[in-house]
Amino acid sequence: MMHHQPTPEEIFEQKLYKDMGLSAQEYGRIVKLIGRRPNFVETGLFSVMWSEHCSYKTSKPVLKRFPTKGKQVLQGPGEGAGIVDIGDNQAVVFKIESHNHPSAIEPYQGAATGVGGIIRDVFSMGARPIALLNSLRFGPLSDEKVKYLFKNVVAGIANYGNSMGIPTVGGEVVFEESYRGNPLVNAMCVGIIDHDKIQKGVAKGIGNPVMYVGASTGRDGIHGATFASEELTEESESKKPSVQVGDPFMEKLLLEATLELIELDIVEGIQDMGAAGLTSSSSEMASKAGTGIELDLSKVPRREPGMTPYEIMLSESQERMLVVVKKGKEEDVKKVFDKWGLYSAVIGRVTDDGMYRLLDGGKIVAEFPVSALVDEAPVYHMPSQEPNYFWKNQSVDSIDLEDHHLADLNKILLDLLASPNIASKEWVYKQYDHMVRTSTAVKPGSDAAVITIRGTRKALAMTTDGNGRYIYLDPYTGGAIAVAEAARNIVCSGGKPLALTDGINFGNPEKPEVFWQFEQAVDGMSMACKVLDTPVIGGNVSFYNETSGKAIYPTPIVGMVGLVSDLAHITTQGLKNVGDVIILLGDTYNELTGTEFQKVVLGKIEGKVPKLDLDKEKKVQEVVLEAIRNGYVQSAHDLSDGGFALAIAESCISGELGARINISNDLNPASFLFSESQSRILLSVSPDNVEQVKKIAAEIGVTYQEIGVVTSNTLEISYHDVLVIDLYIQQLIKAWKEAIPCLMN
Amino acid sequence: MRFAVIVFPGSNCDIDMYHAIEDVLKEPVDYVWHDDADLSSYDCILLPGGFSYGDYLRAGAIARFSRIMQEIEKAADQGKLILGVCNGFQILLEAGLLPGAMQRNENLQFICSTESLIIENNQTPFTAEYALREEIRIPIAHGEGNYYCDEQTLKELQQNSQIVFRYKNNPNGSVDDIAGIINKRGNVLGMMPHPERAISDLLGSPDGKKLFQSILKYWRER
Repeated sequence: MMHHQPTPEEIFEQKLYKDMGLSAQEYGRIVKLIGRRPNFVETGLFSVMWSEHCSYKTSKPVLKRFPTKGKQVLQGPGEGAGIVDIGDNQAVVFKIESHNHPSAIEPYQGAATGVGGIIRDVFSMGARPIALLNSLRFGPLSDEKVKYLFKNVVAGIANYGNSMGIPTVGGEVVFEESYRGNPLVNAMCVGIIDHDKIQKGVAKGIGNPVMYVGASTGRDGIHGATFASEELTEESESKKPSVQVGDPFMEKLLLEATLELIELDIVEGIQDMGAAGLTSSSSEMASKAGTGIELDLSKVPRREPGMTPYEIMLSESQERMLVVVKKGKEEDVKKVFDKWGLYSAVIGRVTDDGMYRLLDGGKIVAEFPVSALVDEAPVYHMPSQEPNYFWKNQSVDSIDLEDHHLADLNKILLDLLASPNIASKEWVYKQYDHMVRTSTAVKPGSDAAVITIRGTRKALAMTTDGNGRYIYLDPYTGGAIAVAEAARNIVCSGGKPLALTDGINFGNPEKPEVFWQFEQAVDGMSMACKVLDTPVIGGNVSFYNETSGKAIYPTPIVGMVGLVSDLAHITTQGLKNVGDVIILLGDTYNELTGTEFQKVVLGKIEGKVPKLDLDKEKKVQEVVLEAIRNGYVQSAHDLSDGGFALAIAESCISGELGARINISNDLNPASFLFSESQSRILLSVSPDNVEQVKKIAAEIGVTYQEIGVVTSNTLEISYHDVLVIDLYIQQLIKAWKEAIPCLMN
Repeated sequence: MRFAVIVFPGSNCDIDMYHAIEDVLKEPVDYVWHDDADLSSYDCILLPGGFSYGDYLRAGAIARFSRIMQEIEKAADQGKLILGVCNGFQILLEAGLLPGAMQRNENLQFICSTESLIIENNQTPFTAEYALREEIRIPIAHGEGNYYCDEQTLKELQQNSQIVFRYKNNPNGSVDDIAGIINKRGNVLGMMPHPERAISDLLGSPDGKKLFQSILKYWRER
């Protein structure tokens, strides 16, 4: 407990601001902005609001390059979550957010509160959350500490989503050395809303009451946002008190109460108390409305006695919201929250003086212009430098395959299926309730999950995608591939990609080589977004993902949602009927560098990444969507990690059927089977529809090859009429299904 | 026939249960808040899944003290049909309306998957539309579904044909593969699997429909 609060002079002289994460220049900027030395509370407010996590001070200039507009976009970046029109006065609301640092030191609560935070972002917009997804990165599973992190992150995500009754329907899990000490936990929430119910985080209407609703405020998570904006070190373990503790039951009550409140039509503005808690919500709401705000901290519901204004303002206790309602409607709010057994209290009012004023009883404890805290946060244009490793990799475009590598392609295929990155993630998603709300038409494990929309013939396809390995080797191309692959997954499920949310995870941006990765990745992603008409409607930046000075693979995650315009278009990756014809769309090149094959067979990652021609990508996606909408397609699966061989194996596994494939071309068999060339999709089509599909492909100008048929129980691949793969489907299933449980038990 | 879906703080399969009645039976159905005291106008009471009161103590342990539980006991005494699914089953056990208790799943993890169940008794108001020994596919989603009772109780359950559903491949360690049981009188059924999640091919299985159809048929013929 804090007994003595340092004076403004002590903060200045002893440079105490540094402990809070502010630099000397930033401190100087505050003094200039408010015309005096800030007191202890004020220094705390600035330190969290000017942290990278809240202010985006180093990422902002780069994030501006993302295309954020489109006729489908109803709300772009800047609010709790982005919103996209899906017709019939309905809209889809979604956002992704990281909780990496908390999860590194307290995996269960860190992951759980990551989920809780993103759910609140969605329902603070007035939307009903309908699905959760995630994207996770860990070190190799041979490490006991990694197993502990993996197990507890999954359990934390599961418990929060399961308790809330929101299905966790999709995601990805990747294991690579670079994430050993710094796992990534990105959670995405998707909600649905009617256009006229959309809320904003604004403190509107002079004199309106500012109300605090939800759980009480405790001492957990103080300085969480600052902690998230530093590298992880040996001492990070001691920052456990910066990790918040989640209570999904409380959040479930808050969700129901909030949506009930919004129905009353008395809400002027509402915002989640997420990172930087009461500080960010109150100041941002005032800033967005161009008003002032005055709060009396003695009115804030508290979990324990003796909390100081500093602690109240910097607490990141979960499951809280700040609401501005129409004057005179305070009792209506109280009635709703009483019913759900939650706190509600008038803690302040909207003012017209543009000031941010905090009182503790009668005493002013902080006072300065709202704009100083929110709008005047510093913006840094960081130096950027191409790393040496980049050009070295650019000069490597083939791998040295020796004869023994190619002797047993069956074994290579089984090894790849058992590689934790490719193997079945059932061990993970079985712990997630992915069926609650009875709308999950396509469960985890296909290209994208599909959620139906009650009362309509429509559905939403959703996916998360990222490939840190590609982006490390070539951030521009890798970034573009992340977007393209997400869109491809949506299309393979029968949806038209609408927009995306970006989860940016990088190392320390003060290092020019990391900043270069960041810029390049954003530029690559932006280019793909433009061509594929999938604007970025919001997201999250997590920097400083480093342990002992070593950065993670740069890992932007794409969370994408698409619209399936009719339930009949829902398509999955599994083969459906014996006798169906298998068609491969797109071109295969000798592209084995940077692939899962290279990693598993040669034990290294280097070289160029597969090239991406966005025009071609767009066309392939057009063909698939057109063929699906015409009812010609039985299954569709995009070719990604592990290339063709893994794609056909996965389609066999999902459909519990076999395939007989015959290939003839100039590549060596391993290149054809495992190359990760982009813009390729595998379709199975009933024999009657083969000509129609070929016609569509020809008209749009996409290469297609009829390569085989669906059979019953073996996967046989011949290359120039020589059998190179010959495996029972049961062998495939065994390798693929047992790999992760085997490592975990 | 009038249905009540009981809503406790933390219930989260209430909406699914409501829509199952609406979609499958097209009969009137209401949400009833746990604090409301009157169930007299309802013919069938449904306790949905979820995490009532967060289930931080033991699943269903707090909900059983809820005001509405007295009404539910009264309705059980009157012979009205009561169905508890998942958390609803756990609450019925905690309230003593059904015998036995739940433990955490054997693997100590939450399990969500679609399981094969065997109909062990089709002479109940809830299962008359199924064939005896029929195999049906119904999803489960629980962390505490490992049913336990002592040997004496198990013997009674077996002798009285109170075991209504058994798992074909026991997922959670339940005694005697038990997935669902009924009281002696035959009007209170508790089951861990979610029939309300199995009402259409689109969602994976339509096998839960017959359970709801059985209820309506029983009521009509009574």
